[in-house]
Amino acid sequence: MTTAPDAPEHTGFRLSQLIYDTRYRSITIQIVVLFLVMGFVGWLVDNTIQNLNALGKDFNYGFLSQRAGYDIGNALIPYNNDMSHGRALLVGLLNTLWVSFLGCITATVIGVIVGVLRLSKNWLVGRLMTIYVEVFRNIPVLLWILVAIALLTEAAPSPNQYKVNPATGEAQTSMVLESVAFTNRYTAIPSIHFDRSLGSLDTALAPISLNFLAIVVVLLASWFAVKLVNKRAARVQEATGVRPTTLWTNLAIWVLPVAILVTALGINPEEPVLKGFNFVKGTNVSNAFVALWAGLSLYTAAFIAEIVRAGILAVSKGQTEAAFALGLRANRTMSLVILPQALRVIIPPLISQYLNLTKNSSLAIAVGYLDLRGTLGGITLNQTGRELEAITLMMLIYLVISLLISGGMNVFNNRVKLKER
Amino acid sequence: MKKSVFIGALTAATLVAGVAGAATLDDVKARGELICGVNTGLVGFAAPDANGNWSGFDVAICQAVAGAVLGDPSKVKYVPTSGQTRFTALGSGEVDLLARNTTWTFSRDTDLKLQFTATNYYDGQGFMVRKDSGVTSAKELDGASVCIQTGTTTELNLADYFKANNMSYQPITVDSNAEGEQQFLAGACDAYTTDASGLAATRAAFANPKDYVILPEIISKEPLAPAVRQGDDQWTDIVRWTIFALIAAEEYGVTSANIDELAKGTENPEVNRLLGTEGDLGAMIGLDKNWAVNAIKANGNYGEIFAATIGEQTPIGLARGLNAQWTQGGLMYAPPFR
Repeated sequence: MTTAPDAPEHTGFRLSQLIYDTRYRSITIQIVVLFLVMGFVGWLVDNTIQNLNALGKDFNYGFLSQRAGYDIGNALIPYNNDMSHGRALLVGLLNTLWVSFLGCITATVIGVIVGVLRLSKNWLVGRLMTIYVEVFRNIPVLLWILVAIALLTEAAPSPNQYKVNPATGEAQTSMVLESVAFTNRYTAIPSIHFDRSLGSLDTALAPISLNFLAIVVVLLASWFAVKLVNKRAARVQEATGVRPTTLWTNLAIWVLPVAILVTALGINPEEPVLKGFNFVKGTNVSNAFVALWAGLSLYTAAFIAEIVRAGILAVSKGQTEAAFALGLRANRTMSLVILPQALRVIIPPLISQYLNLTKNSSLAIAVGYLDLRGTLGGITLNQTGRELEAITLMMLIYLVISLLISGGMNVFNNRVKLKER
Repeated sequence: MKKSVFIGALTAATLVAGVAGAATLDDVKARGELICGVNTGLVGFAAPDANGNWSGFDVAICQAVAGAVLGDPSKVKYVPTSGQTRFTALGSGEVDLLARNTTWTFSRDTDLKLQFTATNYYDGQGFMVRKDSGVTSAKELDGASVCIQTGTTTELNLADYFKANNMSYQPITVDSNAEGEQQFLAGACDAYTTDASGLAATRAAFANPKDYVILPEIISKEPLAPAVRQGDDQWTDIVRWTIFALIAAEEYGVTSANIDELAKGTENPEVNRLLGTEGDLGAMIGLDKNWAVNAIKANGNYGEIFAATIGEQTPIGLARGLNAQWTQGGLMYAPPFR
């Protein structure tokens, strides 16, 4: 009885096929990797539970409803130390969102301007923008934030230098336009004050002034009216070929109703006044916030400038020449032909810059601006000793913020991207 | 099946690792080195000199414990910790002992699972202002900007004090004493608040200490105590009784100058028990017979350490006050060695 070794007699499945048969090998590898990953995650969780047990600690978020006991310098919603750690978290979260939101806007504006100017035919302007981009994007953002706070703290006078000396009737430093004071702590600017109030609406988050709400409603109505006017203008243009001038009507629709409303409410600026150690009334914009905002904006703008430049260069030169051949001027060519096409290239990398800026805002702790990292991940974590809970929650919140930004930007991207029909 | 075996093996491995971490004394002896969590730099309490040698009041505790356990006070590795990182460093086993002007509070002792050993400095929170601001009392600080270190008990005391006195303030949060110093000197805050001893130490490092005053109000109780992890009673006892040994040594007149003489035996049985010539206290605590001798030899007794690091003859210039021996009207009181 002989068997030929090179002719397998049974054709059923054998275990070695899992490794040597290319049909099954990839599945085998995937299953092994899956087990390894699951094992690693299981080990992490298990290890955490073991160590928590060893330390005699539990895992619960009860601390969020306990009294916080600490104060926060710049809160956007009413907050005091009798409120809970949860409320402090919210204050920090809003500070994070606020600085990220303003940062994204200024970074985009500066980035687009610099990106376009870097392509300028003017040699000096082009080189200056190159220097800006190279200097800002090649130095860590933390250093820019620290430079900004150092400049603001060291260069500006302290509030008591604005104090009027009773003997001479003069102060060492005087306010700009009698209403703005730059100090080494904050910039005191006038706040808006209404003589007549419509009252306020109490929500769980913060009381909302009905005056403010009324202004928003009027602005929304104006926006809607302007849209109608533009639609009508487009209809006329399609019918007759001549677009009626809408600039003045639109301007009037925007300005007049709001102007009438705020005059009726008795708007006036409330100017900052030095009382004791600090300026009161008015609004104090803290240097920590300005430094963080400036650092994040200037740094991210350098990256956005490069993205914008790449986007513009990606549009073929033929498009410009065709637009010129049709008789469009340079600025109309840019806004009507080049930028809309460049946007398709620009937006996807722009999303990641927005995400970067938002995440970089957690460097706020370096200048003592209490954002989410400063409240939940800083003081709350320390006072309660709930490291694992606080850090996990903070990671989750940053993840959700990032996913929301990227989701929103993807919707926008879908609207501007090339539609294939 | 495969997976459960795998995880089972890992669990066993972590369990073994977890148990091994429990006996700190054995770890320290095996390592031949004590790892001590200290301040990132507070002159007088814990600060490295130009050559990287640490010295100060808290550092002396580390050295005394190293002397008691290892017989050599120089066998200490210092890990600088901030107000934010200190408890994590201790809890995770990164340091064996936290001697970092840390206030003993209820929640830290119970909820944070720390074990405070013995108070080595009775402190209280104070304020420092510029002399030319004309402020002479903390009650005049209404509306002021106050620099405050984050992650400390001082943050909560400050909020309570201003509320109790119906005053408002603007907190300027800083991450470390160095940053607070810089902000205060730049005028970004009207007042700097931390423990009074910390204020004195900070002021001593200024270019013109005379231009700054520490206000008379002490707004809180801050008993500073070295801390260890909860759940290792033997190690807690060692650190606690090392501190008591330093305090008792001052009470009985045992100094670094006469300790060799006294260690040969004296008329006083309490001193004999402390220095190991009588009884067997060392074995009870799991150490050598002459553990206390080595601890005291490191930097002298409590009074000597105080005088050399933060006392009135040093630039920091703190009076003994509450930290004098109980026989002198202070609170330093070591339980009997028997």
